[in-house]
Amino acid sequence: MNDTVQLSNLSTKLMRLVIVGHVDHGKSTLVGRLLADTDSLAKGKMQFVQDICDRQGKVFEFAFLLDALEEEQEQGITIDTSQIFFKTRKRSYVIIDAPGHKEFLKNMVTGAANAEAAFLLIDAFEGVQEQSRRHGYILKLLGLTQVAVVVNKMDMVKYDPEVYYRIKAEFSSFLNPLGIEPRMFIPISAKLGVNVARRGDEMPWYKGPTILEMADQFEKRPPQDHLPFRMPVQDIYKFDPRRIVAGRVESGKVRVGDKVVFSPSNKTGVVKTIEGWSVPTPPAEACSSQSVGFTLTEQLFVERGEIVSLADQPLPIVSTTFDANVFWMGKRRLEKERNYTLKLTTQEVVCEIVGFRKVIDASTLETLGDQDYLVKNDVAELTIKTRQPVVFDQFGVIAETGRFVLVDDYDVCGGGIITTYSPTAKKDKLRDEVRLRDFHWAASKITPDQRAYRNGHRAALILLTGKAGVGKAVLAQLLEEKLFHNNFQSYLLDGRNVRLGVGADMDNDRYFGDGEAVRRFGEVAKLFLDAGHVVISTSNTFNQEDHSDIRMLAEPSPVVEILISDQPRTHGEVDIVLTPEEAGKKSETVNKIYNYLKDKKILVGHNYSI
Amino acid sequence: MDHLDELENQSVFILREAYKKFKNLAMLWSIGKDSTVLLWLARKAFFGQCPIPLVHIDTSYKIPKMIEYRDKIAKEWGVTLVVGQNKKALDEGMNHAKGRIVCCEALKTQGLQQIMEDKGYTGLILGIRRDEEGTRAKERYFSPRDKNFEWNFKDQPPELWDQFKTTFAEGTHIRIHPLLHWTELNVWEYIDREKIPIIDLYFSNAEGKRYRSLGCAPCTFPIDSQARTVPEIIEELKSTTVSERSGRAQDQENTYAMQKLRARGYM
Ligand SMILES: Nc1nc2c(ncn2[C@@H]2O[C@H](COP(=O)(O)OP(=O)(O)OP(=O)(O)O)[C@@H](O)[C@H]2O)c(=O)[nH]1
Ligand SMILES: [Mg+2]
Repeated sequence: MNDTVQLSNLSTKLMRLVIVGHVDHGKSTLVGRLLADTDSLAKGKMQFVQDICDRQGKVFEFAFLLDALEEEQEQGITIDTSQIFFKTRKRSYVIIDAPGHKEFLKNMVTGAANAEAAFLLIDAFEGVQEQSRRHGYILKLLGLTQVAVVVNKMDMVKYDPEVYYRIKAEFSSFLNPLGIEPRMFIPISAKLGVNVARRGDEMPWYKGPTILEMADQFEKRPPQDHLPFRMPVQDIYKFDPRRIVAGRVESGKVRVGDKVVFSPSNKTGVVKTIEGWSVPTPPAEACSSQSVGFTLTEQLFVERGEIVSLADQPLPIVSTTFDANVFWMGKRRLEKERNYTLKLTTQEVVCEIVGFRKVIDASTLETLGDQDYLVKNDVAELTIKTRQPVVFDQFGVIAETGRFVLVDDYDVCGGGIITTYSPTAKKDKLRDEVRLRDFHWAASKITPDQRAYRNGHRAALILLTGKAGVGKAVLAQLLEEKLFHNNFQSYLLDGRNVRLGVGADMDNDRYFGDGEAVRRFGEVAKLFLDAGHVVISTSNTFNQEDHSDIRMLAEPSPVVEILISDQPRTHGEVDIVLTPEEAGKKSETVNKIYNYLKDKKILVGHNYSI
Repeated sequence: MDHLDELENQSVFILREAYKKFKNLAMLWSIGKDSTVLLWLARKAFFGQCPIPLVHIDTSYKIPKMIEYRDKIAKEWGVTLVVGQNKKALDEGMNHAKGRIVCCEALKTQGLQQIMEDKGYTGLILGIRRDEEGTRAKERYFSPRDKNFEWNFKDQPPELWDQFKTTFAEGTHIRIHPLLHWTELNVWEYIDREKIPIIDLYFSNAEGKRYRSLGCAPCTFPIDSQARTVPEIIEELKSTTVSERSGRAQDQENTYAMQKLRARGYM
């Protein structure tokens, strides 16, 4: 049956309200009352509930208007969130009735995460309870700070103002430190309909708004158009000749002709069209919360998960580590040394918790000692490390791209907001440098393809790795020569030469201490790569991590790694592994590498003859 | 953006998530106004195409005009239509006289179960809405069903910030509900705005009757109405307090009829 009245599009924007609070404090009764007292119910619905109550030998339960499940009515408890449509003279609402029992916190979160404002209910007779506080904390975590507190069941305390003021004082001192300043404390009796839709004369000492008046005072969340543009790529469609990048604009605006950047790939393009079907004219711009699709002037290979931003606006952050506030709803603990899937916008990456900075019992705000795990219903400040870089903003800057969920097995078990990110890790700093460099790079009129055609090879970086004394340097020289004699542009970039000139401003400690050696070497290599060369690198001072930094600096040019070692390969990126013995057979080895480069289509041969 | 735009954009987002995340996805098309709007939204989401096959469960008791309309639209819009039918139950003489709930379960729920097993669908898109009735008000956008097709309404996964349940155990499937946040009136206002061709059973006939909700002929009853056009239906809905599904006999069988049906896999 249709539970509520019809809402018209004419009442345009919908306000989404959630009702939260401790179990049995009267949330569903309040919502039922609101529906009944505003004539929002379908014909026969009151009678339908009356019949159920008669059969159970109960007085009329307004809560049953919401609690439709047999199990809910039998036990007089809400199990899952209901969303009900409802309207006042001013506007339309979705009222989300959340369950109060601790067992169903995940359902409460499901409801509250969708709301723009909240009523937090307290039973006047029972006072502030465990879930009153926990729900308060969760609202804060969800970024829902537009809150009014409702002191319900005033009929059970003879409408005594003392009780009201005591609860107001006690709960304010809990909420205020969280950053929640309740808009109002409203004393009501949901059951009897006092101060719900109409004001009774039971509490002449209260001059504030009724529930209905308060609801009309909450403010709609404004559109996020003024923020930097963010569109997570949802999918790429190629149903016809158009190659459409599809996604939802989470914030900001984009227009035809705008230069866009994809993160983390750092690819850039220009918006050619914004597509639409069955619309009078193709749109010229797309704004926040629109699900759109655009084409680019040039075909780019981009994938789901990347975030599109505008080249002339602040870029989102790309990193593998960040700090977050997380709430946990899983049956199993959240703990270290286990893998979880982190879902942030359309990104999905494997992550683990590397540090529990502060674990909090959300019902008391007590810090739980040195605990380094999180149990159901608790919250923590923690540090997360992901296997691949993720793209995000801080929650306080752009909420939509600053929040995530954690999946354990098949289920969403936790949610979190990203509080702080500072590029303290060397790698993060380097990544930021690369992005900045790439976006502002003054591109040559000669394209990499043109250079490759002329040179007979693509630009590539060849890394010779392995311990000192295994013969890397000799091989590197021979390889450079062999390529040169075959008319290729090869250059052996020696780390020592970079140190002597480009690094002359620093003493050894600083140069080798904080990654400058790698950074400068990588940046010089990048210039040679941009010029189209095959760059051969060898240096005893670089370790494994340094090589991965050099790779990052060299992107998007291909990197070929040749490891000389008698140990089995240690990581997946190595192209060729040679024992020192094999490497000793120099000309054979050089030929092997040469052929490998041909196979990899790095050396493609010249297209002209002299 | 007005309210209909908001509804449309959210539904498009959900449809695209479903299409990306489920290799074997189908969409239920009951020929009624909701699933036809859903089909329209899919064409919006995918820029004119509907790359998802449409499944119609034919109980053989449908109002004949519905089948006619179905085949006409399917052809015009070039969609892939898959028809499912519980032949065994029909051969054994199943009909509503054996009990409405029994009949719905055999012909609709089991009919659906058979075609899903046959085709190996792991995701099923349906056009249900929260305002239809109490258990639907508690639904998720992405709602898991277990091996026996059952809905565990007492332990639903959390759903927040549009992060949906898209991973699931072998043998189970996910129901996807892109219209969950729409109301009956929204659906008609959208039909009006987009000029979506809707089957004429919804419009008042010579006897002054129209269907408000469509189903099988023996269990669906028209209402008294003079509304002959979409705007007239919209006007009528704004003043009515009668519920949409009041003409659907199976809902009225007993207090928790819909909960029981839906827990066992009904739409
Ligand atoms: N006396 C009195 N009783 C009330 C009032 N409001 C609710 N109740 C009763 O309190 C009980 C619990 O009410 P519900 O509305 O089910 O409480 P709830 O907060 O929705 O509970 P959960 O959803 O299970 O957390 C019911 O028996 C109501 O009749 C009130 O204002 N006065
Ligand atoms: Mg309740």
